[in-house]
Amino acid sequence: MRINWYRFSSPQTFYPLAGRLAPWFLGVAGLLAVVGLYISFFVAPTDFQQGEAYRIIFVHVPAAWMSMFIYLVMAGWSAVGLALNARLSFMMAQALAPTGAMFTFLALVTGSLWGKPMWGTWWVWDARLTSELILLFLYIGHMALQSAMEDTRRADRAGAMFALVSAINVPIIYFSVKWWNTLHQGASISLTKAPAMAHAMLLGMLVMALAFWAYTIGVALMRVRCVIKDREREAEWIDEAREIDEASEVEQ
Amino acid sequence: MMQWQSLDAFLSMGGYGFYVWLSFGLTAVCMAVELVLLYARQNTLDDGEQT
Repeated sequence: MRINWYRFSSPQTFYPLAGRLAPWFLGVAGLLAVVGLYISFFVAPTDFQQGEAYRIIFVHVPAAWMSMFIYLVMAGWSAVGLALNARLSFMMAQALAPTGAMFTFLALVTGSLWGKPMWGTWWVWDARLTSELILLFLYIGHMALQSAMEDTRRADRAGAMFALVSAINVPIIYFSVKWWNTLHQGASISLTKAPAMAHAMLLGMLVMALAFWAYTIGVALMRVRCVIKDREREAEWIDEAREIDEASEVEQ
Repeated sequence: MMQWQSLDAFLSMGGYGFYVWLSFGLTAVCMAVELVLLYARQNTLDDGEQT
């Protein structure tokens, strides 16, 4: 069986498909979250250095991963949108931005909640934390830019260019712990200890990350439906306004 | 395998309860609020369709 994927690039055909898929992704996210939380609190053992506070990583690390990953996906959709002039791609990028901003916010706040008991401070201006804060501003900037322009075509192009250029911040965040001497620990979190322990911790993080991933897809599908509907409305409204305009011109 | 001696021990998280529960709680609240807002937005769009 051959599926005509191109057909789904039209907002009208994608709208009902997104509506059917979203609950499944959200359901999978819920199940994975239950498993992930169980591993986080009942399977993963106490960390011998950080005690129980380390359990924050089970939300902090997946949130931080998603914050970076979503920005890259947005940049990817933007590139596709610019290359193929595909409206739906721009809409996908637009639909992802608020969720990306939320995960960035959560990564910053949960990191802060970990930093206070472990480092003795809520915040330091080191490379990792600062570049992640910049990512939050980039998300907000993208949303502001997108909504500031009346003309959706121009807004889409401007937003896409912005996302593409500013995506350079993502590798900066990722490698910041290598390139600069930061207070933030490196990518491997005490995984060098007893293998069983490392496995449970890593597994917990991965399952939670998958849960966040499924959640993001579900939520983005829901939001892209709203974006499609909003734009349709706007187009209808503009058409009606134009008709009224023309009608009144004829009367005059 | 049960590593918590009691419910109190579980809740106190070795003295880090405030930080751990606030992290998980805030994450859950943010995601729940986003979902509720989206459902509400979707419903208003659907309502407009019927009129």
